[in-house]
Amino acid sequence: MSVAPPGGRRAPTLALTGILKRFGPTLALDDAGVVIRPGTVHALLGENGAGKSTLMRIAFGLLAPDAGTITLDGRPVHFASAAAALAAGLGMVQQHFSLVPAMTVAENVALGGRGRFDAARAAAVVRRIGEATGLGLDPGARVGELAVHAQQRVEIVKALARDAAVLILDEPTAVLAPAEAHEVLGWVRRFAEGGGSIVLITHKLADALAVADDLTVLRRGRVVRSAQRATWSHDALVAAMLGEVPEGPAVAPSVRPPGDEVLALEGVTYADARGVVRVEDVSASVRAGEVVGIAAVEGSGQHELLRLLAGRLAPTRGLVRRPATVGFVPEDRHRDAILLDAPLRENVALRGLGAARGRMPWEALRARTRELMARFDVRGPGPEAPARALSGGNQQKLVLARELDPPPPALVVENPTRGLDLRATDAVLGRLREARDQGLAVVFYSSDIDEVLAVSDRVLAMHDGRLVASDATRESVGRAMLGATP
Amino acid sequence: MTRHRWTGRLLLIAATGGVAALLLLAIVALAGYDAPRALGALAGGAFGSLDAVLSGTLVRATPLVLAGLAVTLAFRAGVLNIGAEGQLLAGAAAATAAGLAVTGPGPLPLVSALTAGIAGGAVVAGVAAWLRARFGVLDVISTLMLNSVAQFVVAWLVRGPLQEPLRIYPQSASLAAAARLPVLVPGSRLHLGWLMAVVLAGVGSWWLARTAAGFRLRATGLNPLAAASAGGVATGRVTAWAFVGSGMLAGLAGAVEVTGVTYALYENLSPGYGFTAIAVALLAGLEPVLVIATGLVFGALEAGASAMQRDAGVPSVLVAVVEALVILLLVLAERGRQAGWWTRRTPEAAG
Repeated sequence: MSVAPPGGRRAPTLALTGILKRFGPTLALDDAGVVIRPGTVHALLGENGAGKSTLMRIAFGLLAPDAGTITLDGRPVHFASAAAALAAGLGMVQQHFSLVPAMTVAENVALGGRGRFDAARAAAVVRRIGEATGLGLDPGARVGELAVHAQQRVEIVKALARDAAVLILDEPTAVLAPAEAHEVLGWVRRFAEGGGSIVLITHKLADALAVADDLTVLRRGRVVRSAQRATWSHDALVAAMLGEVPEGPAVAPSVRPPGDEVLALEGVTYADARGVVRVEDVSASVRAGEVVGIAAVEGSGQHELLRLLAGRLAPTRGLVRRPATVGFVPEDRHRDAILLDAPLRENVALRGLGAARGRMPWEALRARTRELMARFDVRGPGPEAPARALSGGNQQKLVLARELDPPPPALVVENPTRGLDLRATDAVLGRLREARDQGLAVVFYSSDIDEVLAVSDRVLAMHDGRLVASDATRESVGRAMLGATP
Repeated sequence: MTRHRWTGRLLLIAATGGVAALLLLAIVALAGYDAPRALGALAGGAFGSLDAVLSGTLVRATPLVLAGLAVTLAFRAGVLNIGAEGQLLAGAAAATAAGLAVTGPGPLPLVSALTAGIAGGAVVAGVAAWLRARFGVLDVISTLMLNSVAQFVVAWLVRGPLQEPLRIYPQSASLAAAARLPVLVPGSRLHLGWLMAVVLAGVGSWWLARTAAGFRLRATGLNPLAAASAGGVATGRVTAWAFVGSGMLAGLAGAVEVTGVTYALYENLSPGYGFTAIAVALLAGLEPVLVIATGLVFGALEAGASAMQRDAGVPSVLVAVVEALVILLLVLAERGRQAGWWTRRTPEAAG
């Protein structure tokens, strides 16, 4: 079988039992365990912080467990490092890739090997694996210039080049467009059918149900249930993950007709510092009291479009009409939205800082921060605690609170639920609905197309820097995003 | 809650001073000198008498505090200005030139000298700020190189345009009394510069913590992208001004040294004040008010070391070895804290 693990290696049975892991005062894993059968896809599900990644990082030798055993085909093993795990036939592709952008695909794949580097042989390895598995790559391409899905492919090929028969994929579809995700999941299936094993760490219930043979759900460091696919239903999976069934759609459709135009782009073109045109001749408008969703595959210029609307970028050509203040929730909050080492009070004070004069009214800001934390359900020690002390979901709620109070005429949000658990996601999307009902013009982008469709009153589809549909439906949006002519 | 942090820091600073003194004695003993006698001389030189404190420790601490404030300001804005030494020398040279050239009524010569010193430091830092803004040259590289430029320019000046009239010694003529800083305590060498340093440190802490401009600078240093995107802060302008402001403070340090201590420009005017200032600023946790304390620790160490050389025959350069060791230990301690080598919890801010 062509997609069998390279080297014809049969996957061993990987079993983790009684794993205990503590991070400071928190018990990340409490008597957790999982058995990966050879030739199967095993989905590992759970909310954020449930311990999925931690458990697999322990299996791969990146973390040492405080207690518990790991066995391969019944033999106890102990991996002191990722290198040891690789040697035993385990591979792991982490959520954040560990590639060297300036190096070629072949160099990245050869990295970590021993002895002399032979460029021709490294390229041959990449080609051989590409032919055997369908994961084709140009060995001479620079990794930094590859699209995200191709970089992920490099990571997988890297693991396969070390004869990995058990491959752990941490949220492999999180960064991919639907078609790319589909392709990866198809490959996952074929790899298992060829005798390899896959551990799929995921948030996406549909993906898990579609490709997995076994599913294990973790909640707060414990295994809720581990069983074969046939015994699971969608509802059972949700119930296991949450401990309760979440209510209906996240955002109810707007009850009021949208009001006046608040944001408008007229023939806007934006070229980045290298002169590459990211947004080309886009005209669009957003009115008060509506959520306009943006649907696009990664690299279509959506991030630049959002920043043009939010006034965080200036157009190269064309006209942007927007109010003086536009709230903006960027997808990378650690990079673009908060001061991790500053107290929450100062993070709240950040809004409008550029125009502030004289002395900072810290007493008032402290009271305001306390009030926002209560109103937006930001759980944390208090206004003087550093932002770093909050969980990702609470950081996001704080950013949203800051951008929404006092309410600006318009709000632009980019992947606001990325990395959040279901509860925090519901809270964030609920806030957006409230903002819309208060008459804000809301622009919403998520790389999860279902979320865009669920949240938006109207969906704009982008492809290759251009607006290709201004009122896409569930049926038409996928084709539009991928550039198919209607 | 800031008070709590300060108390912890002050303890650390005091402990570091003690460790530094012990290290110095260990080295002195290893080098075969009479350690008890050296200790006596060290303590005597730093704290032995009122005059030792005023004319020794405080006078030595003055340029360290001013240059330490310069480093603090830059580092808080995310600007790695390690060129305080060069900016200090430029300030000293400019102050000397202005102090010698301007004759006039009342405090005019002194004010001119100090102003010129501030401007001199600002120009050198401004070059680095411009290189960063225009070509993206790394601060560390440009400021470090400009240190050498300043050193050689001073070396040239004291053999050229600013050399004393007899043209024998490589130094400038002496400043007239009107261009000198007044002495604070009669009979000592303690000059007005110390008071200026203390006041500036206090103002610096207040400004950083309480004003919008100070918060802009801190926010830019903590995360320039978030400051620009979420706060609408013109971060490029903030960093450029922080760079220039830092140069102004270092330039003032040089001007104060010339008008308050040496009264003339010469090549080895600064025994590396601008470099020690980096340790001074880091040990103070980049908190201006605490720079006074760390400046005092290093000032005492240097004053004590000169007394040690004078009274016990121990070369005072050994203090440079100790300073370097202290910096290494501090870096190590900081790494350890980050990596959680010792899990002593710092007092958490009360909600």
